[in-house]
Amino acid sequence: MSVWSKIKRAPSPPHSPPSRGLLLLVMLIFLEGTVLTLGAASSPDISAQDNTGGHDHRGIAGSHDHTNYTYTKKAFPVLSLDYHHIQVPFEISLWVLLASLMKLGFHLIPRLSSIVPESCLLIVVGLLVGGLIKLAGEEVPPVLDSNLFFLCLLPPIILDAGYFLPIRPFMENIGTILMFAVVGTLWNAFFVGGLLYAVCQIEGTYLSQVELLPCLLFGSIISAVDPVAVLAVFEEIHINELLHILVFGESLLNDAVTVVLYHLFEEYSGAGEVTPMDVVLGVICFLIVSLGGIAVGAIYGILAAFTSRFTSHTRVIEPLFMFVYSYMAYLSAEMFHLSGIMALIACGAVMRPYVEANISHKSHTTVKYFLKMWSSVSETLIFIFLGVATVAGPHAWNWTFVSVTVILCLVSRVIGVVGLTFIINKFRIVKLTTKDQFIVAYGGLRGAIAFSLGYLLDKDLFPMRTMFLTAIITEIFFTVFVQGMTIKPLVDLLAVKKKQEAKRSINEEIHTQFLDHLLTGIEDICGHYGHHHWKDKLNRFNKKYIKKCLIAGERYKEPQLIAFYHKMEFKQAIELVESGGGVKLPSAVPSQVSMQNIQPKKLPPPVAERALPQFTKGREEEIRKILRSNLQKTRQRLRSYNRHTLVADPFEDGWNDFLLKKQRLIELEKKMSNYLTVPGAIPDSPTMCRARLASDPNAFYNIKASSDGVPTIQVDLASPQSPDSVNMLNEFSKEGQGLGQREGGADRDEDQGLMMKPAGKGEKGEEEGGNKNPGLMRCLSDPGPSNEDEEDEPFLP
Amino acid sequence: MGALQSLPDEPEYRDLSEKTGFSFEQIGILHKRFKQLSHNEDTLRRDDLNTIPDLSCNPIRTQIIEAFFDKRNFHQNGEGTVQEISFEEFLVVMSHFRPPALDMTEEQREIIRREKLRFLFNMHDTDNDGTITLEEYRHVVEELLSRSGALGKETAKGIADAAMLEVASISMGHMEPDEFYEGITFEHFLKILKDIEIETRMNIRFLNMDTTNLCNRTQSVRVNGCLSGELSSSTGSPQGSVFSSLLYTLYTDGCRSQYEN
Repeated sequence: MSVWSKIKRAPSPPHSPPSRGLLLLVMLIFLEGTVLTLGAASSPDISAQDNTGGHDHRGIAGSHDHTNYTYTKKAFPVLSLDYHHIQVPFEISLWVLLASLMKLGFHLIPRLSSIVPESCLLIVVGLLVGGLIKLAGEEVPPVLDSNLFFLCLLPPIILDAGYFLPIRPFMENIGTILMFAVVGTLWNAFFVGGLLYAVCQIEGTYLSQVELLPCLLFGSIISAVDPVAVLAVFEEIHINELLHILVFGESLLNDAVTVVLYHLFEEYSGAGEVTPMDVVLGVICFLIVSLGGIAVGAIYGILAAFTSRFTSHTRVIEPLFMFVYSYMAYLSAEMFHLSGIMALIACGAVMRPYVEANISHKSHTTVKYFLKMWSSVSETLIFIFLGVATVAGPHAWNWTFVSVTVILCLVSRVIGVVGLTFIINKFRIVKLTTKDQFIVAYGGLRGAIAFSLGYLLDKDLFPMRTMFLTAIITEIFFTVFVQGMTIKPLVDLLAVKKKQEAKRSINEEIHTQFLDHLLTGIEDICGHYGHHHWKDKLNRFNKKYIKKCLIAGERYKEPQLIAFYHKMEFKQAIELVESGGGVKLPSAVPSQVSMQNIQPKKLPPPVAERALPQFTKGREEEIRKILRSNLQKTRQRLRSYNRHTLVADPFEDGWNDFLLKKQRLIELEKKMSNYLTVPGAIPDSPTMCRARLASDPNAFYNIKASSDGVPTIQVDLASPQSPDSVNMLNEFSKEGQGLGQREGGADRDEDQGLMMKPAGKGEKGEEEGGNKNPGLMRCLSDPGPSNEDEEDEPFLP
Repeated sequence: MGALQSLPDEPEYRDLSEKTGFSFEQIGILHKRFKQLSHNEDTLRRDDLNTIPDLSCNPIRTQIIEAFFDKRNFHQNGEGTVQEISFEEFLVVMSHFRPPALDMTEEQREIIRREKLRFLFNMHDTDNDGTITLEEYRHVVEELLSRSGALGKETAKGIADAAMLEVASISMGHMEPDEFYEGITFEHFLKILKDIEIETRMNIRFLNMDTTNLCNRTQSVRVNGCLSGELSSSTGSPQGSVFSSLLYTLYTDGCRSQYEN
């Protein structure tokens, strides 16, 4: 925030700020009005702003009075307003609000978003806003200031990209990506810069004062593909994974090249001469910048993972650690002029597997949503600011320079991609086809990073800075508007393979793993140490040492396949509850076929009593007691509000929900007591149990209630506790019930409120079975000082 | 520096090359490896493969080794297993892992796809009855998780059950409670794995710069018509490599000062 205020305060003349804020407000209201006519928008917002707007007027008048009569004693100001006091945060909030409302608005217009990419619309909005500010006679704020951009707007987007980077395809294509990112960017920079210089020397262009080094500097700025722009456009066209990772990976990794080239040329533009020594230093610098950035990121990533090992008692701040560590990684890298983008990517990618194993499910959701929220707001702001900055900036339009830039960028990109693919294809197993090459070349969008770098140039050293900026903006507009808008129809036209939307099935996961091992084995038999061999080595090392250090509890032993299976079960269980339990589930859940169908037939239909858990009288009594005390406890807990936990969430109508649930609990308790009196044998296997449940739901209704009901006692497991306290029974019951739940769920309408027990429950104690039933679980997941919770566990059958 | 490598008989290699699609060079590399594994015998036994140190940590080691001795993988419509395989059969099994060519028609792609998936299917279908039963599938998953200790056993069962359930629901649609899903047939197997682009994934890079060339070489020296005994060397560069001359210069650089007089 301090950065913001410095930036914002310094240039703005002291007399105008309130009116600028007001202008923004008016615009907001105006824009929102247009949105309102189109559909729905939240009216409370407007009225709230109207109020504040009104206050502002009075505030200005009031403060005048105040300064005039400071000496005389006057009545105590009942209402006074000081806009300056809140100006900066207020304006920031206004911008963010504007951005969010715009994003909201676009999706209310039905057809628009399918034709024009959002990024284009946002730039247009930015242009409008800038224009309005200018019309009102205000000075347009330097919104896309480099500091603001690099320190506040860019990191969330990059972190989001790094954290959710699909590691597998990325690593499989790392060679190609690096080739495009390093060699491709170098080629682009020198081709564009060199030819631009040549054009400038032509008589009659009035550009002869442009020297070679500034040209090369310009080339290096303009040549880098921009991750923000690429993300914005590629996310909408749903291209297949390979192409997406190629273009996107390139845009991420070319940062190091751009940083080095930029600093190199900037340095020499002042000094003048370039010696071969400088070139060597430049190469070394590149290695340091890129590898150093990765190292910094990896260190912070490991630190984050290590910290998350110990957060099991303070779940609320878990997500914060991740964000702060990542931001620190970025800042530390920037401090040494290393590649901050690489650092963030490395940090996100390194910490993800470990952090995800450590933090709770809720925290994971929080991380996910926060990242997405921040990155999408940042992205929106960047595009709006780009529009505003276009209106604001001084422009020096030179037809030759601008048009040559645009043409050269296109030409060099095409030549670069085709040339490099020719080389790369010799080494690739999956060759890049002509279509692929076209999309890679065409997807090379430029964006705000280029603009910010251009903005950073020193005016005195580079007298043609304004012309550069104009050319950069034109190039950005050209790529974002022309290429961004046409790429979607072109992808359709060329029938480029799209992304498969289907989620991974368990069979695919099994076979992916199987293939990995198979290929490693075959490589070993061939005696050929290829990348499967090394990957396997790395995996084993990771499992043996790193995971042990960075992941708390027993979880580090969990192989990928099991983790995937748990995740999948968990997701299905959540879906089950969200769909209301009674409704047929989406295709992911094989509800039409029950386990019975695939079980070998040797087992005859079971006898009812066998499936019932056997309880002694004493146990039965204990279970009842626990059920009862749980009911009471939750009621008490709900009333005690704790700032550090997520218990009584006032924004949800948790209380009503709770009452409803409580009734059901009581009902269940009745049912429990019904069947508890029936003596029965212990079920032999969860699978068997499942089969029976599916075979005749009505007859064995009680059994199901039992398999649901008994773990319910354990609801308190959801409270944060050390994951070490997992018990075997949990482990055991989990898989059986996960499936049983799925099948049983379809015919259980009245009991849906209580389906908190399935898959996730068994998954390592703190897996928060609560998400299956958000309302109730929120009530119950109080990490209070309740040691009785542990005592509950032994009662499982 | 140059290693004397006996060139194999051309016609024999041509024959193998036609059959498996490998280049001469690749066949040469594999032949060398085959010799090394079988200790210069003509046939390869299970024990030879079992003793490969790198393979010992592989969870599905037995299945991989079995695949080499499975007659179904020899393209000869045979069944059952054999005790030892010749180099030709070794090559044929290996050819399942050949990278696809660049310019393939859709049909060719489909054929390769089926071939590779058939190989996988055969690995799962141990009793060769055309279906992967629940038992077999459980076995596969258990093997896959066998490295993860006691934790894996029960879970493996659950995973296999869930996977089987998924196959049944995808391929059969609705089933009555008394119907019974026998197991995964090959057609169903194709269907459930259609999203895994097997033709681009199940392959090993046999590049020309193969490291076996450098690591497991034997060399001998011929002086005045007498051939010396074979010596295995694990370092050095192949004959004709651009690297050789540099190494030679570096290596002999010290000689000059020593023998100046």
